[in-house]
Amino acid sequence: MTETFDNNLIEDTTVKLLKFAATQLPNDVSEALKKMYEAETKPTSKAALKTIVENFGIAEETSTPMCQDTGIHIYYVNIGENFPKVVGIEETLRKASARATKEVPMRPNAVNPIVGGNSGDNTGRHIPFINYDFIPGADYLEITAFPKGGGSENMCALAMLKPGQGIKGIKKFVIDSIMNAGGQPCPPVIVGVGIGGGADIALKLGKKQLMRPLGQRHSDPKIAQLEEDLLKAINMTGFGSMGLGGDVSTALDVKIEYAHRHPASLPVGVTIQCWAARRATCRIYPDKRVEFLTHKEA
Amino acid sequence: MAEYHFTTPISKEDVQKLKIGDVIYISGIVFTARDEAHERALEMAEKGEKMPIDFEGLAVYHCGPVVRQVGDDWEIVAAGPTTSTRLDMFEDEFIKEFKVNVVIGKGGMGARTVKAMKELKAVYTAFVGGAAVVAAKGIKRVKEVHWLDLGTPECLWVLEVEKFGPLIVGIDTNGDSLFQNVADEAKAKLGKIGEFLDITF
Repeated sequence: MTETFDNNLIEDTTVKLLKFAATQLPNDVSEALKKMYEAETKPTSKAALKTIVENFGIAEETSTPMCQDTGIHIYYVNIGENFPKVVGIEETLRKASARATKEVPMRPNAVNPIVGGNSGDNTGRHIPFINYDFIPGADYLEITAFPKGGGSENMCALAMLKPGQGIKGIKKFVIDSIMNAGGQPCPPVIVGVGIGGGADIALKLGKKQLMRPLGQRHSDPKIAQLEEDLLKAINMTGFGSMGLGGDVSTALDVKIEYAHRHPASLPVGVTIQCWAARRATCRIYPDKRVEFLTHKEA
Repeated sequence: MAEYHFTTPISKEDVQKLKIGDVIYISGIVFTARDEAHERALEMAEKGEKMPIDFEGLAVYHCGPVVRQVGDDWEIVAAGPTTSTRLDMFEDEFIKEFKVNVVIGKGGMGARTVKAMKELKAVYTAFVGGAAVVAAKGIKRVKEVHWLDLGTPECLWVLEVEKFGPLIVGIDTNGDSLFQNVADEAKAKLGKIGEFLDITF
């Protein structure tokens, strides 16, 4: 039998990822929020941003979850094609979620939608949800823990546009979604837009964009321009932080990705991330070296 | 933006002073209730059953905290607000039945609650969403917990608080809503936004 990779290392590292995600914002997000606090001119939003900055500061210092909604557990697992054989990764990640629920602690957020009842440890049917991908040529295993808050998730939206509605239809649907969301998803938000593919693909691509660092633009200049224009337009609405009215603090960024579409359809998925943009990524190498990409280990 | 400090019980006279945009801090007792606790309380009231505590004059907080059990005691780790619009379907009856004059949440509430608050003289206040450790700082201890069968996010936490806030008045007893005003202003800007994006609304 071929030797398989050390699942205990994957489990321990994933518990660390969940702790990082729940208690410390990635640097790009905390810096952007501080800048936004300086830039905002409306007193209500500025007051909210002040509390936000104070809050994530204390959370980091005291290793406490920055928000009581520590999210539903989602993982992105990218497997380097040259990484050693791993067996039972799903079970390992489920164990990590259950352990982190106690150790961080995180709020139990897995509820049976049919008969009710909270599982108590953030695991359940299909939860944690794991997205798998392969990385050609890589020898590492990359795991992102993405505990996703419910308030912002409730404001995600899908439109199956008519192809004739084109780019204009896409822009309108994004703005309509923001108008509908208002202060409910805890702005300043990050907006991830997926276009094309199919209903599930559009939403999945949209959500995956929420992993991209703030300020990073799409490699296609047309899409990059669309990201910038939509960001500017969303901030023109003036909802501001927490929907209290603000001139620069409705959104931190807009990220877009597309897939080719079926001739008959133009799906658009709008996903929304609250200011507490919790994500933590690591790479595990065949020699058991662990590198955290978003956080620094104390 | 006037600032007020209240101690529970908070009367109708107290809340009638408040205008949208004002900031308040609460000391005394605040209890949490999300979707399921609202539903259960109203169902019990309908059957004439007694609540585990008298809600009159207390503040109801839309919150499902992160808690830690230490021996027989509970510790609040993080306790920011949840989205209040989900409770629009219960809140008018809830504040009427239980004489609660202050509601705490985030994101504002809809026309049905605004109307009820004007008629019944109650206010809605917003705590900054996600600011869970700042919120936890204002919570001194868990006084009681009820309905734990609903799970720790949904059950009824009775909390002793001190200078709990800042809470921004979002709906006042005159029927004014800060969130509605912001939404109306956003709508008024759609023409300009459309021009910028080369689309029409």
